Amino acid sequence: MDGEMGILELTAVELGKKIKFGEVGVEEALEAVIERIQEREESLHCYVTLDLEGARAKARLLQKKLLNGEVSGPLAGVPFAVKDNLCTKGMRTTCGSKILKNFVPPYDATVVRNLESAGAFILGKTNLDEFGMGNTTERSFAGATRNPWDEERSAGGSSGGSAAAVASGECFAALGTDTGGSIRQPAAHCGLVGLKPTYGTVSRYGLIAYCSSMDQAGPITKDVRDCAAVMEAIASYDEKDATSLRREPLHLQSALTEGVSGLKIGIPKDYFEEKLQPEVEHAVRAAMKELEAQGAIVEEFELGLVRYAVPTYYTIACAEASSNLERYDGMKYGLREAGTGLHDTYRQTRAKGFGEEVKRRILLGTFALSEGYYEQYYLKAMKARRLIKNRFDEVFQTYDLLLGPAAPTTAPQLGSVGDDPVQAYLADVYTVPANLAGIPAMSLPCGRDAQGMPIGLQLMADRFQERTIFRAAATWEQVFGGFRQLRGSRRIDELGQLGGFGQFGGTRQHESKARWEEGMGQA
Amino acid sequence: MKKEYETVIGVEVHVELATQTKIFCGCSTAFGAPPNTQVCPVCLGMPGTLPKLNHRATELAMAVGLALHCEVSRTTRFDRKNYFYPDNPQNYQISQLYSPICKNGWLEIGEGQRKKQIRIHELHLEEDAGKLLHGDAGETLVDYNRAGVPLIEIVSEPDLRSSEDAIAFISQLRTIIGYLGASDCKLQEGSMRVDVNLSLREAGKECLGTRTEMKNLNSFRAITRAISAEKERQQALLDAGEEVIQETRRWDDAKGCSVSMRSKEDARDYRYFPDPDLPPVHISEAWIQKVRDSQPELREEKQKRFVQEYGLPEYDATLLTESVHLARLFELTAAQGVQPKKVSNWLMGEGLRLLREKEMDPEDIRLSPGHFAALIRMNEDKKITNAVAKQVFEAAFEENVDPQEYVEAHGLLTVQDEGLLRKTVQKVIEENLKSVEDYRKGKDKALGYLVGQTMKAMKGQAEALTVTALLKEFLD
Repeated sequence: MDGEMGILELTAVELGKKIKFGEVGVEEALEAVIERIQEREESLHCYVTLDLEGARAKARLLQKKLLNGEVSGPLAGVPFAVKDNLCTKGMRTTCGSKILKNFVPPYDATVVRNLESAGAFILGKTNLDEFGMGNTTERSFAGATRNPWDEERSAGGSSGGSAAAVASGECFAALGTDTGGSIRQPAAHCGLVGLKPTYGTVSRYGLIAYCSSMDQAGPITKDVRDCAAVMEAIASYDEKDATSLRREPLHLQSALTEGVSGLKIGIPKDYFEEKLQPEVEHAVRAAMKELEAQGAIVEEFELGLVRYAVPTYYTIACAEASSNLERYDGMKYGLREAGTGLHDTYRQTRAKGFGEEVKRRILLGTFALSEGYYEQYYLKAMKARRLIKNRFDEVFQTYDLLLGPAAPTTAPQLGSVGDDPVQAYLADVYTVPANLAGIPAMSLPCGRDAQGMPIGLQLMADRFQERTIFRAAATWEQVFGGFRQLRGSRRIDELGQLGGFGQFGGTRQHESKARWEEGMGQA
Repeated sequence: MKKEYETVIGVEVHVELATQTKIFCGCSTAFGAPPNTQVCPVCLGMPGTLPKLNHRATELAMAVGLALHCEVSRTTRFDRKNYFYPDNPQNYQISQLYSPICKNGWLEIGEGQRKKQIRIHELHLEEDAGKLLHGDAGETLVDYNRAGVPLIEIVSEPDLRSSEDAIAFISQLRTIIGYLGASDCKLQEGSMRVDVNLSLREAGKECLGTRTEMKNLNSFRAITRAISAEKERQQALLDAGEEVIQETRRWDDAKGCSVSMRSKEDARDYRYFPDPDLPPVHISEAWIQKVRDSQPELREEKQKRFVQEYGLPEYDATLLTESVHLARLFELTAAQGVQPKKVSNWLMGEGLRLLREKEMDPEDIRLSPGHFAALIRMNEDKKITNAVAKQVFEAAFEENVDPQEYVEAHGLLTVQDEGLLRKTVQKVIEENLKSVEDYRKGKDKALGYLVGQTMKAMKGQAEALTVTALLKEFLD
């Protein structure tokens, strides 16, 4: 038991190293994960589909290959989870939708293939808001995912299943997808590191489209080093994706020790307004001060246009979604509800196959593209998007990095989003600008609120400047501590006045380990 | 008093491009394969798949655009045309609305005084849809082999004034595209599809009347008939003081009339918007130049060269160059050392007759230049008579039989045996004493009859001149 707890405490890269040196077996690591799944999955509900037997077979094979030297690399032998909107050959891929509940793709997403080429293996598909449309992982045909930190709360979304699985030890690392914050926000809510890469860095082939011009897959991991390793494994130019970019190797690992000395960090004032939860603001400002103490030059500025980000995002995302989701019609794959004739079959299939939120967005998007409204809505949103992009270009002339909160609050109670979709949409205000501009952005833990829920710090950089993000993220993580330390860290109310941030995160490792076991061992 | 009307016609022509693979995936475009054998997750529109533009399709579209004197857009984009129908697996077609690859061109039709330029509004790229097959039991099946085959749509301005104009425009278009090797342009097989927009306006007026769009025109004959029927239909409406409704109509060639498909009011809202899966295509001046440089000799040039190089009459050059396949067969055969004018005579006489009779396209001619030249030589050397040569030409036209072997196998060589010929002539004289009498009375016609009877008895394998001489010898 102790040994297994030890395994689950490891990050993906730490596990990879132990596997490489024969200290832990691939199957042993998998069994530890399976045991945790047996303990917690029933209540957390991280997965839509689990293939434990398949995973065991893969683990056996990988162990052999490792011994023969056929696979190597930092992630070789590490069990992964993948969001269920990424196609996996032979393993059903539902998008959290009834309309695809029986869909088994005959192909792998390129990111999945890349991950497997790196020697990692996939044990299951994680839960999400239907087609990625939502930010709580409650809008899945398979039911809601719970937050491992507090099961009454949401894990965030739409990649809530991936985040909850990593946070609970039901896998070592996971892939999510981020269209408007769907990697960063659940990572923030579950105390993890999540990266949305520069648009085009990771192939979208096999990522089931929600909003094609913004969708990007990326890692959700326990710490910054894992994030770098996963990112290096999945990034690739892909000739099957016309929006994929040819990039120089990312060299993220080397960025982890470079520090922030001389980096100019801009703090958009617009990210600290109105509905921001005070503890979130405190924690984020603390991180800011720490980076300043480490040698960064920090400056507040007015970003502007932030209030246009949410309406712009939803207009474009819904418009694209209305077209992207047209293919689900009961004719070729997925659910088919036979009606009287062609059009009635379309109607019945889509009426029964899609959930409320998806229907709402299809209707909004259809409206925004309709004759007579196209200029007024879609085109106007595209112009606003251009302005936002231009503004970021301008800002990155001055700053290397932008720093702010990832979400206005910590994880909300399950069911609290209620009937007001606009309120729910507004919660994406800090994450959607990066998607509109196509820039990379990361969320990483920077504290806990009075209820003990994790708070996410967001770092944004110019296109192709992931390295800068990793420099700052690693610097902060070194001071604050990683995932293990977060469990042991004091809640923000226990700290009293904000200030000496050395003590904020400087919890000793032995102490944190005890807390980890306390926190995660029970349940 | 009845008003005089002018017919105003514009056409939209869809042409399947002759690429090896589809426009957005690597599947084959070959025609006639068993249903759904040339498909993949991309052209089946499966979840998560993405389109990747075929470079060759872009170049062919540029080549056609350049030949039609169009401007090539330096930046061109693809848009989605959204509509629910099972022939399109994604329920949207990738097409071009906002920035087509080529625009503002023209094409010349007619000859001499009647020459005129027809303006081309635009030429854009898009993907073809699958084919629906309706079964006897009311079921509908879909074949996606055609889904994703690259198409160009050429849209003319309303500069055509008659069905003759329309046919001339489409023929000329077909010739040019054939020369470029960009498509086989077969109306029957659907690799070329023509929609006709037609309206009437009072003679002398500037503003256009309400137009209708006619679909399902599968032959030149159908186009001609549909234009005349639609002209009459609209004229009858206007004469009766009624209005023409803007609508799409479907031509029924069997019944010789059209029926309304949908009016403007039920026109679909396609919700066009830029396809986010396909970034804009940037076309450099160098790329345009490369396509221009690699363009083959087009019809006009070839026509001039045929007159100069082969000494053909202009009329021959015009007819031979209408199809690049015909022109090629002419040149390659002439290159075998036979007299060019003889080659031209064969193609313009027997060749065009057979194409018409058999409803064949010139590219379906199987006759090889080698066999063609051999045939002409055998005829020249009097090894076969003209009648036999025509028979062999017809056989070789579709199956490229070896003339030498064919003639030997069928015993068609001209009879050189004078003894046999004399015997036959004698026999014919004995059996046709009445005609012999007529001839001797001065009826020249009777001689012709006797020659015919002899030729028949010789199964066409005698030289008519020899036979006539022999008959005269016997009778005079």
